[in-house]
Amino acid sequence: MPVPEISERFSGSVNRITLGATKENGGTRTSTVTIGGASNVVYGGSSADAGEKPVIAMDVLDSKPEDWPDVLLEPYKDVLDSPGDWAKKCVEEFGAELICVKFEGIHPDKGDKDAAHAIKVTEEVLKAVGVPLVLWGCGNDEKDNQVMPKVSGAAKGEKCLTGAVTEDNYKSLTAIALADGHYLITQAPLDINIAKQINILASDMGFPLERIVTFQSTGALGYGIEYAYSIQERQRIAALTGDKMMAMPVICDVGYESWRAKEAKVTDAPDWGPAEDRGPAWEIATAVCLLQAGVDIIRIRHPRAATAVNNFINQVWQK
Amino acid sequence: MALTGLDIFKLLPKTNCKKCGMPTCLAFAMALAQKRAKLEDCPDVSEEAKGKLAAASAPPMRKIVFGTQENQVQLGQETVMFRHEEKFYNPTALTVTVSDKLTGEDLTKRIKAVNALQFERIGIKIGVKAIALINDSGSSDSFAQAAATVKDASNLALILVTDSPDAMAAAAAKTKESVPLLASATPDTAEEMAKVAKENGCPIVAKADSLDALAGLTEKIKAAGVEDIVLNIESPDLQSQLLNLSKMRALALKKVFRPLGYPTVSFATDGDADTQLASAVSLICKYAGIVVLDTVEPYAILPMLTAVMNIYTDPQKPVQVEPKVYRIGEPNENSPVMFTTNFSLTYYTLESDVESSRIPSYILVVDTEGTSVLTAYSGDKLNEKTVADAMTKYGVADLVKHRKLIIPGYVAVMSGKLEEATNWEIMVGPRECSMLPKFLQEVWN
Repeated sequence: MPVPEISERFSGSVNRITLGATKENGGTRTSTVTIGGASNVVYGGSSADAGEKPVIAMDVLDSKPEDWPDVLLEPYKDVLDSPGDWAKKCVEEFGAELICVKFEGIHPDKGDKDAAHAIKVTEEVLKAVGVPLVLWGCGNDEKDNQVMPKVSGAAKGEKCLTGAVTEDNYKSLTAIALADGHYLITQAPLDINIAKQINILASDMGFPLERIVTFQSTGALGYGIEYAYSIQERQRIAALTGDKMMAMPVICDVGYESWRAKEAKVTDAPDWGPAEDRGPAWEIATAVCLLQAGVDIIRIRHPRAATAVNNFINQVWQK
Repeated sequence: MALTGLDIFKLLPKTNCKKCGMPTCLAFAMALAQKRAKLEDCPDVSEEAKGKLAAASAPPMRKIVFGTQENQVQLGQETVMFRHEEKFYNPTALTVTVSDKLTGEDLTKRIKAVNALQFERIGIKIGVKAIALINDSGSSDSFAQAAATVKDASNLALILVTDSPDAMAAAAAKTKESVPLLASATPDTAEEMAKVAKENGCPIVAKADSLDALAGLTEKIKAAGVEDIVLNIESPDLQSQLLNLSKMRALALKKVFRPLGYPTVSFATDGDADTQLASAVSLICKYAGIVVLDTVEPYAILPMLTAVMNIYTDPQKPVQVEPKVYRIGEPNENSPVMFTTNFSLTYYTLESDVESSRIPSYILVVDTEGTSVLTAYSGDKLNEKTVADAMTKYGVADLVKHRKLIIPGYVAVMSGKLEEATNWEIMVGPRECSMLPKFLQEVWN
C-alpha cells in the first residue's frame, strides 16, 4: 500500500559558516570546519536537508581546572598545565576537529589572570594545533572586556569563534571581533526573545548576521535539558520559516553542564554504576539529546564522550 | 482528519429535540467537535452518521496497551511533532532483551539484572518497563519454557520476539494472562501471527522493511481481526530508522494516514553500552514508543530513563519540588541556612552546588508556584513576607542556633526588608550558584 507524500518545504535554512582561516585565506589554520545549512527540522524531509554534520569542540582550559572530578582529569593529567599540549592531545589522540579554549582562569574568583597570560595561551594553542579555535571568555563582564579583546587580537585573521556576548555586555567584544575578522557567539539565558534581541543588537553595530553563532545556554540531562531542547527546536523552526535574526548555527555547552550533574560527579553511588562510566555517559546522553533538537557545535570534555558522540553523528549525518 | 462542528452538524438529525441536553443540534455538534460531549448522548443519530463520526474522531495514533495491572505499558495517543506544542503523551517504554538460549541460573540471573533497573529521580520512580524475550534458540519449546520462566521471575511486561508462528503460539499460550506484546508479524506470516494474537487477546507488532509494505501489512492484520498493532520499520541503519520514524509520525498525525496510525518499536541492541545509549536517546526524542536494548549497565540505562522523563515533561507546567526544608549532607545547629524557590530546576541546581561545597546545609524551599528566583521576585511571589512565612511554617528557627540567612544574589535588594521581617542577619550569596561552594567555604568556615 503506497503511503501519501509528505512534502513539507521551508523557505529558510540555517546559515552555513566556515570557521578557521588557512594560509590562502590569510590565517595559519591547516583545516577548517563548516557547520549549519539545515533546511528542515532534524530528520524532517530527507538526509539531503540535514545540512552539514554537527561538530564537536573539545574543551581546553587556559589554567589547570580547580574543580574537575578525577574521572575527567585522568585523560589529561599530563597536559593540564599546558594548554598547547592539551589542545594537541585533543586533536592528535582524540580526533578533535575544533578546540574550544575556555578562559576560566581570568575570572576574578578563579585565578584572576591577566591579559598577558591569555594572549600567551592563545598563541600557544594556535601554534600547537592547526584546527580552528573557539575562544570563550570567563563570563565576568568587566574581566572579559579587559582580556578578550586582546585574545581576539592575538588570533587576528584566524576566523575564530569568539564570545560570548550578552544583552548587557556586547559592545567591546562585538567591535573587536568585527575588526579582527572573527565569528561571534551571542548568548541568551534560555530565553528565545533575548536570543533574538542580542542578535539585533550585534547586527545594529554592523556585525554581519552570517558570522554569528548563537548560544541559548544549555541545561544538562536531568537538569533542565527540556528547556534548552524546546528552545533549540523553536529556533530551528524560526530559521526555516525565514526569520533572519534566528537563522544562525547553534553552539551548546554539554561538557561543563553535564559534569555538574550529580550523576556524573558523585563517586559513591553503586546503584548507578561505576563513576568512571557515569560522567562520560551523562555527556553522551546530553549531547545526543540536544542533537535531536538541532545544534551545530557541541562542547565536550571527556574523550570517551567525544568518541561516542562522533560515532553517532557519523552514523546519522550521512549524505 | 478531525471534523469541524459544521461537518458534524450535517450528520446529525437536525431536529433540535434537546434530548442530548443541548438547546440545538448545532450546539451539540460544536460540543462534539470540542470533545465536550459524547455521540451516545444523541438517541436519534443514524448508523451511517455513527460510523463516519467514529472513524473521524478516532485518535490519529491508536492507544496500545500490553502487560497487566501496575506493570501495564501504555503506548500511542500522541498528537504533536514537537514537545513545545503540547505534552508528549505516553513515555517511551525502555525494554531489555533476554535470550531464550539462556537456561537455569543464567536465565534467572539475566532476568534479575533487568528487574534491578529501577531508579528514583527527583522523587519519581523510573525504570525499565518490559523484557523482550528473544527466540535465539530457534526452538518453540525453549522459547515457551523461557517465556514461562520470565513470567514467573519478573513483574515487568513481556514482549515475545520471534518470526516463527509456531514458537509464538507456544509461548503465548503459556503467558497470555500477562498480555504479552507479540513481535512480530511479517508480510509472510501476517495471517498466522494475527491468529495467535486474536486467540490469546494480545497486541501484535507488524514488521516490514518499507513504509509501503508496513502500511499494507497493518491493513492485512486488521482484516484478520486484530486492531492493536505496534509498528516496527526495519531500516538498514540508524539514520534511515530515524528518518522513517519522523516520517511515520508525520503521516499518522498530519495526514491522519490510518494504516500507520500506531505507536512504534525500535531496536537499539547493536554495539557497546555507549553506542546503545546514544542510539536510544535519539530514538526516545524522535518518537519511538518502545526502545529495545541489550545492555543492563545502570550507567547507560539511567541517562536513557532520564531522557524519557525530560522529553515527556509537560512543557506548560513547570516541574516543582515540595516546599519544605531540605537537608544536604548532615547539617547541625551551626550549619548554614539558605533559601530558594520551588522551581525544580532552580532547586536541583542549587542542591548540586551545595553538595559539591561539602558543607552540610539547610535549603529552605519557598513556594513560588514553580517559578525561578527572578521571575518569582518580579511576580511578588518571593518577598520578605513569603520567605518569613515559610521560615515560620517549616520551623527554621528550631534547626539552628545562629540567626544568619543566605539569600540568592539576584534578590540582594530584598535584604533590608527581609532583615526587618525576620530579625535574622541577611548574607547575600552569589548571583550564580556555581560560585556558591567558594562562597560557603569562605564565609562559613
